Amino acid sequence: MTDTTTLTETREAGFGDYVQLLKPRVMSLVVFTALVGLLVAPVHVHPVVGFASILFIALGAGASGALNMWWDADIDAVMKRTRSRPVPAGRVEPGEALAIGLALSGIAVVMLGLAANLMAAGLLAFTIFFYAVVYSVWLKRSTPQNIVIGGAAGAFPPMIGWVCATGHVSVEAWLMFGLIFMWTPPHFWALALFMKEDYHKAGVPMLTVTHGRKSTRAHILAYTALLVPVSVWSALSGIGGPFTLAAVVVLNAIFLQGAWRIWQRDEAMAEGDGYRVEKRFFRYSLSYLFLHFGAFVVEAVLGTYGLGGW
Amino acid sequence: MTFKTEHEIHKRRLGRNIGVGLTLLAFVAVVFGLTVVKVQRGDPMQAYDHVIRPDLAAPVEAKP
Repeated sequence: MTDTTTLTETREAGFGDYVQLLKPRVMSLVVFTALVGLLVAPVHVHPVVGFASILFIALGAGASGALNMWWDADIDAVMKRTRSRPVPAGRVEPGEALAIGLALSGIAVVMLGLAANLMAAGLLAFTIFFYAVVYSVWLKRSTPQNIVIGGAAGAFPPMIGWVCATGHVSVEAWLMFGLIFMWTPPHFWALALFMKEDYHKAGVPMLTVTHGRKSTRAHILAYTALLVPVSVWSALSGIGGPFTLAAVVVLNAIFLQGAWRIWQRDEAMAEGDGYRVEKRFFRYSLSYLFLHFGAFVVEAVLGTYGLGGW
Repeated sequence: MTFKTEHEIHKRRLGRNIGVGLTLLAFVAVVFGLTVVKVQRGDPMQAYDHVIRPDLAAPVEAKP
């Protein structure tokens, strides 16, 4: 055996594998929502401080993603959607993922405290703890409400962005939190409807597995209906205005119509057209969140010209 | 004897090292930028150990 063959047998991780460990797609959503929280806050933030704050919030989110991948490596290996992730695929050692997750968590929290304020750093630390421990370790495998409660972790970034600018939590920050919190269940349950085999095989108690698919459809409609008042309230708050309200009415009407159609369908219909409605609802849910938060930014920009806000 | 074979794993290690190097450089740049901004704006810093000292505040003139 030569040196070369020995090396061939070891699949060493490339830099991209470590980037994958941080869940860059989730990070992009975190960056966007945290940036919106920072931009719509009524306090001007120096661009360098703002950039650094968003960077460290994203790093914290990435760190919690690495911790999640370390803990969930066994079920990730079973699910088609996740089996090519660096840890289950064997490209990154589980211990390495844990070390990276812990180290980056510490760096992100300390640096956010130095860049912005201690309140923002504390919230980031709590978010990482919530996602890695409360959601990944505790809730995900023990309750079908995992998505509902775990969704809070994804809802914190705009609040942290707001706190970076203002130094405290106010009703607008809670409304942005509530928006993502209420949006998460219908978003993930729609995914669970057409990725049903994955969660079933992995033994994750998704609502589709524990309560059945009919119940999941009803839950999607219920949570979408509960999302509407939060969304409208946010449009009527200090970060909203006439433009946001108009956008929110349209966005919610389409979202609610999608949820209604999902509720009316049964499995035979869904199997018949390859879960077309469910897949479309899932894709639209991403646009919904992007456009909803985008409307807040447009309102803030209009406000600087004396055209936006109430 | 020298080891000359350029294997794929060497390319990957080089990519990883370059990636880590650039990340560290970017981190240094961010910390430097933050420091410049904080010092220029005179952010809430209370002396060398960040502790508030009333005696450092400007003295209040006594009313006649």
